[in-house]
Amino acid sequence: MKIEIKDLRFTYPTGLEAISGISLTITAGEQVAIVGQNGAGKTTLVRHFNGLLQPTSGSVLIGDWDTKKTSVAKLASRVGYVFQNPDEQLFSRDVLTEVTFGPRNLGYSKEKIDGLVKRALTLTELSDKTEANPYDLSPTWRKMVALASIIAMDTPIVIFDEPTTGQDAVNVARIANVIAELRSEGKTVITITHDIDFCAENFERVVALSKGRVLLDGPAREILGQEEILAQTYVDPPQLTRLGKRLGFKETVRNQDEFLKALK
Amino acid sequence: MAFVNLQNVTYKYPLTKTPVLQNVNLQVNEGEFVSIVGPNGAGKSTLCYALAGFVPHFFKGEISGSIEVAGKESSKSTLDEWVLNVGLAFQNPFNQISGAKYTVFEEIAFGLENIGVPREEMKSRVEDAMALTGIRDLADRSPYSLSGGQQQRVALTSILVMRPKLLVLDEPTSQMDPIGTREVFGTIRKMAEEGMTVVLVEHKVEWIAEFADRVIALKDGSVMLEGKPNEVLTSDLLAENGFGISRYTSTAREAKKQGLWKKENLPVTLDEAVEGFALTLPSPQGRGESGK
Repeated sequence: MKIEIKDLRFTYPTGLEAISGISLTITAGEQVAIVGQNGAGKTTLVRHFNGLLQPTSGSVLIGDWDTKKTSVAKLASRVGYVFQNPDEQLFSRDVLTEVTFGPRNLGYSKEKIDGLVKRALTLTELSDKTEANPYDLSPTWRKMVALASIIAMDTPIVIFDEPTTGQDAVNVARIANVIAELRSEGKTVITITHDIDFCAENFERVVALSKGRVLLDGPAREILGQEEILAQTYVDPPQLTRLGKRLGFKETVRNQDEFLKALK
Repeated sequence: MAFVNLQNVTYKYPLTKTPVLQNVNLQVNEGEFVSIVGPNGAGKSTLCYALAGFVPHFFKGEISGSIEVAGKESSKSTLDEWVLNVGLAFQNPFNQISGAKYTVFEEIAFGLENIGVPREEMKSRVEDAMALTGIRDLADRSPYSLSGGQQQRVALTSILVMRPKLLVLDEPTSQMDPIGTREVFGTIRKMAEEGMTVVLVEHKVEWIAEFADRVIALKDGSVMLEGKPNEVLTSDLLAENGFGISRYTSTAREAKKQGLWKKENLPVTLDEAVEGFALTLPSPQGRGESGK
């Protein structure tokens, strides 16, 4: 499902202009990473996709729905949004209820709900924790509950807001696996991240925001090599990209395989 | 006598079945910058709470062994005495912000108000602390209107302003952009050089290697390994036990298997990796291009 953002501007009630004219099209099934410095407008932008925020001017189209004319409840069937802080998202007394809440609200049949919940729990490796209270789990697992409860809604568009924050290597790999699975199902995945190595290894398209505007937009390989422009929005290229540059490689390398190939 | 001294500390939360910390022994010297690494669930945050006195004074539970900071024993002190020596920046800044203040300036002054610092001194200390962490432009904003990374800077500043002798930081840059992270690490390094003792929990190993004096690897509630940053962070044990390691380390380890890494030690930082891989490249390609 296509997302079309046209001349979007957004000013908070305090008078702070967080989005200063963004136009962007994301086509169905794309995997997009949004990067940029703190306060660049990343979270403000994605909160327009499910109607949590309304444009001050300009428009956001989710498929053929204009977010200004569509309720948040209705938009929830097309856009799933995993919060940056799971504590702002979770409210049920056990994991199973939490994960079932979303698909049930969307009015799916019981069989469909059961199937979706089971799949979400398996993907996030939560199958043995269904009876736990989310707040008795560690922050790591709470993050996975937040992921599962959105994946279970089976929306064509899924947004992750800094999914790898505070996660160890094992859990980052788990999250990468979830994203790969969503990609194979043809879903659009949009991820805000500061973890530029994670970005390089999992996303094909990168949008860099700075001060409420799009600074760079294109294939990850092209964007992540542009050290000087990225520095304007406080982003460093991935570790191996920087290393390749310092060693004088002509090609931009993004991961271990590409690096070792270039070294030989 | 070490400035921080943990002897055989074992701790269990009131409702958990197994101890989260098991026989932890840890010494940190005054002015030392020590970093703690470990997979999720290793007990890193609990260790931070123990250093800050929240374990056991606030969380209760069962504790054995001894925790000493600046010559004082935790079990013989109260939390309000303890906070004069030790400051903790929480993993989640949202949980740290008081909720009682309308502006960032007042939020940062909150701790000083509680210990009765005179008004004029309070103002100048808040100004200085905000300048140190680069958040002067946020002074009049509501703490709740900030982005995650900005909130994290406010949380850090509200601890630094207290000038604790021991600064405990639980992933203080997890929501910050990379260049913000580097600035904060630089600030923390500077505090250590001025005599503050620092214990930092962090996943970003590249920065630890560059800034910390010593690294402690925690696994299942016990110290698995400790030593100089490069030694600990390139250890095979870390990779085998689910610790985060730098891409430079993992790539060089793979390169070594293929005969493409000629040095004995593996790299953790960019500079170490550039130096090592330059030996692999046929001259003159790639030589003398060590940019910035």
